[in-house]
Amino acid sequence: GEGKELTKEEKQRLRKEKKQHKKNKKDDRGPPEKEKEKEKASVPAPSKPATQSPAHKAAPVPVNASASESPVAAEKPAKSKAELRAERRARQDSERASKQGKKEGGQQSTSSKPKATPNELQPVVKRLPDHVQVDDPVALKKLAKKLERQQVPLRSDYGYKVSLFSHLHQYSRKNPPTQQISIPVTVIHPSIVRLGLQYSQGIIAGSNARSVALLHAFKQVIQDYSTPPNEELSRDLVNKLSPYISFLSQCRPLSASMGNAIKYIKKEISNIPSQCKEEEAKRILQECIDSYINEKIILASEAISKYAIEKISDGDVILVYGCSSLVNHILCEAFEKQRKFRVIVVDSRPRLEGREALRRLVKKGIRCTYVLISALSYILPEVSKVFLGAHALLANGYVMSRVGTSQIALVAKAYNVPVLVCCETYKFCERVQTDSFVSNELDDPDDLIVTRNGKTHLENWQTFKSLGLLNLVYDVTPPDFVDLVITDLGMIPCTSVPVVLRVKNVDQ
Amino acid sequence: MPGADKETDLSERIESFLSELKRCGSGAGSLRGSAETARETTALLRRITAQARWGNAGELMEIIRKEGRRMTAAQPSETTVGNMIRRVLKIIREEYARSRGSSEETDQQESLHKLLTSGGSSEDNFRQHFTHLKANVIEAINELLTELEGTTDNISMQALEHIHSNEVIMTIGRSRTVEAFLKDAARKRKFHVIVAECAPFCQGHEMATSLCKEDIETTVIPDAAIFAVMSRVNKVIIGTQTVLANGGLRAVNGTHTLALAAKHHSTPLIVCAPMFKLSPQVPDTPYNHTKLKSVDTILYIHILSKVNAHCPVFDYVPPELITLFISNIGGNAPSYIYRLMSELYHPEDHEL
Repeated sequence: GEGKELTKEEKQRLRKEKKQHKKNKKDDRGPPEKEKEKEKASVPAPSKPATQSPAHKAAPVPVNASASESPVAAEKPAKSKAELRAERRARQDSERASKQGKKEGGQQSTSSKPKATPNELQPVVKRLPDHVQVDDPVALKKLAKKLERQQVPLRSDYGYKVSLFSHLHQYSRKNPPTQQISIPVTVIHPSIVRLGLQYSQGIIAGSNARSVALLHAFKQVIQDYSTPPNEELSRDLVNKLSPYISFLSQCRPLSASMGNAIKYIKKEISNIPSQCKEEEAKRILQECIDSYINEKIILASEAISKYAIEKISDGDVILVYGCSSLVNHILCEAFEKQRKFRVIVVDSRPRLEGREALRRLVKKGIRCTYVLISALSYILPEVSKVFLGAHALLANGYVMSRVGTSQIALVAKAYNVPVLVCCETYKFCERVQTDSFVSNELDDPDDLIVTRNGKTHLENWQTFKSLGLLNLVYDVTPPDFVDLVITDLGMIPCTSVPVVLRVKNVDQ
Repeated sequence: MPGADKETDLSERIESFLSELKRCGSGAGSLRGSAETARETTALLRRITAQARWGNAGELMEIIRKEGRRMTAAQPSETTVGNMIRRVLKIIREEYARSRGSSEETDQQESLHKLLTSGGSSEDNFRQHFTHLKANVIEAINELLTELEGTTDNISMQALEHIHSNEVIMTIGRSRTVEAFLKDAARKRKFHVIVAECAPFCQGHEMATSLCKEDIETTVIPDAAIFAVMSRVNKVIIGTQTVLANGGLRAVNGTHTLALAAKHHSTPLIVCAPMFKLSPQVPDTPYNHTKLKSVDTILYIHILSKVNAHCPVFDYVPPELITLFISNIGGNAPSYIYRLMSELYHPEDHEL
């Protein structure tokens, strides 16, 4: 909007200044920033500073780079896309040449540091993800155009939406997006189609499961990929992934963990040197994905179990909510290590995920009790600790998790029962949120319909025009309800999440 | 003999009422509202007064106490039965005192002087026979019945004083009192209602369909989302099963969570409860605290044998979480409940 108000000369002047800026920074910037322009929409939680730091660069520089980058991207000056691409290509070739001389890069970054540090805290203009802009017709049109270009079907909303949530999508499970795809699938890889269907039908649910399934599907995609002539693998593969990601987010909005995984893959792909042979590149990528899964998910859960087991003593009565793969793993490990405790599984309608957790724990031989969430006040006086899983940990210390978690934390606080949240670090995200409304997911409203005593009161809820059913998926728990967060980096208080994010950025 | 017929007829009615009570409790939720139970109890007590054989007030009170103990034993969680019995006992005491000519107030006060001098005289206080006592008591019970019939309307009349337009009101489960309250306000004001469905019986669904038929914007949410949406709620209006002597509540399960969430967001919690729900019980009576329903309502899977499952029906809500009580005699703070109770029941009747 503000570009329209500037005169043509002013615009040209600005462009020149930015070009100069870029030239100064060109030796310090890494290749990944070009993907940012194209793939912004598909990643719901873009953390620009994180993507900007290539391994061998200093942390402050990328922030400045992204700050100057985003206004340019937003303005899209008179230059055509081809010109921009050629410019970028030339820049990156020179960067790759400079990659050989790491010391030079280091020196240059130190020389530019004094310029960078005052800009370190410059506000970054983040773009809102599409899935929270449903009430904006302009954003909807843009999304529809983008999906048409990528040949991904657009899913339509279902049912009356509660007015507080008119900015979110609400889909029905009976209309999966796969129905609108023609067979044979030409644009979207079949394993991605299958994955999308599994997401939208709820067959694969849970943050870790979804991320692992996504990574395996990407491994398959990479395996079947062949570089077209006159194209580079590092650039083309990233472009190929973008319609897949749009399709998956149409099936079900991406979770924070999936977003981080996708960012990692894209970075790894872009880092493939151009002279690498295709087979070699594929092998490298498969290894990268395997090591990501191993490190961030499997080994992380081992580390978290080790820390958590210290917190479980004999005679404990532990309360868990829903089905968190991490918490179940911790409890099974603790049981194997001969700790004596019993578990209370709290469950809630309409998902009733607690039954799955109950099944797993009983199979192991752990003594369990089962209640619904409305019986919480009744059962809590017996409880000594509460273990909760998380979907994501936000940068302001709020815990985003399955709906009902904040309620459990609230009542536990009222009864003075300690609340421990277990979360791997790859689920940390830079987003901030204070309530459960602005960014959430609406599940199929028909799930709330139930038959009791032979009567189904809500059967024809669509016929009542003033009746709405709300089936939220996530909610946020304020940090004052949480006593401890157990991560693979150790046991931290809720408010230390941005510290961990910063540490991770510097490492990367 | 006509007397014997009357007696057998009376005992039959009492038996059928008792079996109703027992059956009522084993179904899911209450098959009939507390108001109906209160009315039927009072009608039955009137019949006992009319048809049973008694010579003086003391004998009548003994009979009523005996029947009352049986009724409360049949369904301990249905406290309105006990409340009505205590009301009638108080009525009998009052009528007796009026017939005797002494003012009620001096009888009420338990001054130290009275305690020292009267000692055991309160026992034979009720041995005098008055011919018009029966008629007076029956008249007073009739007044009580009319009061009972008008309670819901009295409460609904106050609705407009508490609900302004464009409000978001939250409620839980199904309460006929709250339903009438909201429908009355909806005639003149536009507002939104969020109903928490209250698993496992999901009475909230019925409440929601009934409300949206009056064109009230209603939303049904699962119990897990109560805290999540509480930040947008302006008022929480709930009904209850019983109001306890300390101003606390025994209400449907999930209400304590709702009250805690409202307290956290500083949202006022308003309880619509007619006076016949006020009970002299205190919260730490163990069995009466909750009633557990059979667990096959919540678990259908085969591992049921290896797992304990709990399904409590009621929750205790402490008085510090409650902002206001709206009853047929007006609005009151929870700290005033003890006073109302001393007006309704006599201290000696607290234990039947």
